[in-house]
Amino acid sequence: MHEWALAESVISTVSQIAKKEGLKEISEVKIVVGELQQVELDIFEFALSQLRTPELEKTKFSIKVSKAQFQCRVCGNKWSFEKGNLSEDDAEAIHFLPEVAHTYIRCPKCGSPDFDVTKGRGIWLESIKGVK
Amino acid sequence: MVDPRVNIINERLAAVRNIIAVSSGKGGVGKSLTASTLALALAKKGYKTGLFDLDFTSPSTHVILGIGNVKPKEEKGIIPPQVHGIAYMSIIYYSGEHAAPLRGADVSNALIELLAITRWSELDFLIIDMPPGISDATLDIIRLIKQVKFLIITTPSQLAFETVRKLVKLLKDLKVQVLGVIENMKMSDSSFVKQETKKLGVPHLGEIYFDSKIEDAIGNVNELMLSSFAGKIDEIASKIAV
Repeated sequence: MHEWALAESVISTVSQIAKKEGLKEISEVKIVVGELQQVELDIFEFALSQLRTPELEKTKFSIKVSKAQFQCRVCGNKWSFEKGNLSEDDAEAIHFLPEVAHTYIRCPKCGSPDFDVTKGRGIWLESIKGVK
Repeated sequence: MVDPRVNIINERLAAVRNIIAVSSGKGGVGKSLTASTLALALAKKGYKTGLFDLDFTSPSTHVILGIGNVKPKEEKGIIPPQVHGIAYMSIIYYSGEHAAPLRGADVSNALIELLAITRWSELDFLIIDMPPGISDATLDIIRLIKQVKFLIITTPSQLAFETVRKLVKLLKDLKVQVLGVIENMKMSDSSFVKQETKKLGVPHLGEIYFDSKIEDAIGNVNELMLSSFAGKIDEIASKIAV
């Protein structure tokens, strides 16, 4: 499961920021995960809890999912991600590499693969709270 | 807002001793064939080698290697499968036989994602087959992989070399190591590329004459490695591996 790999990147980044900012203890980390990643939240949370470093002992990880939205560059149409419209294999490919959405998803209005993922892509650290 | 994936990339590549981006100014100069054959040649010499096809919109190394129906293993990330003795990673595991029409920002995101979640084992060499030119993927590789070295492929064409000149100058400005230039598909004894490469202050690693039979070896690694093209690449691999 690549949720572990993403969790490792979160822990590594938070630890680096804590060191840089001189934080001894981190109380809260707010994470935003794009819907397009289709991250299994329970596995992601479990991985975060298993990978905790000493300064993250008491950290609360708040995870928010940002709904995916698309906008067609050809006709301007806006639409949302509907996993149910995809086959299991196509959805899994997007789970591993969200950019292949351009392979499996088309603008529902004009059929173009030339669209922007305007929201719901990637993973972001929104904020980190801690004590110096 | 911080993208945590970027921070883990150099950690993921920590056990890779040499990362070589096989690049060119223009397309169609034999970059993918060189990257694939170089990876095979290094593996044959006993080096632990990986190959990462970074030409997301036009991947072709899987065709050269004839990889069959292999898939990466999922284990706290993605573990590239071994293909003909090399750890092999490509977007085609996810896009299959379909087109992947990606704009620049999508290429960057896909690159960051794959570098962040792919768990390369301990490698002596990771060969990256780059898309042609100086665009997002090239700039991202320079930005994200500190220890990357560039190997540049050109044909004897003045047009191809004109773009090599720009690429080498950019890499030198950015203090990125250039291993050298390989002159591919040579059809005359012209010393134009050799002389011009010398002027740029980078090594001319070798010249490979046009091999009319190479097309028949695409998809057949045993045949490919018996070709005169592979013989030349093997000589160049020995120079690189020193």
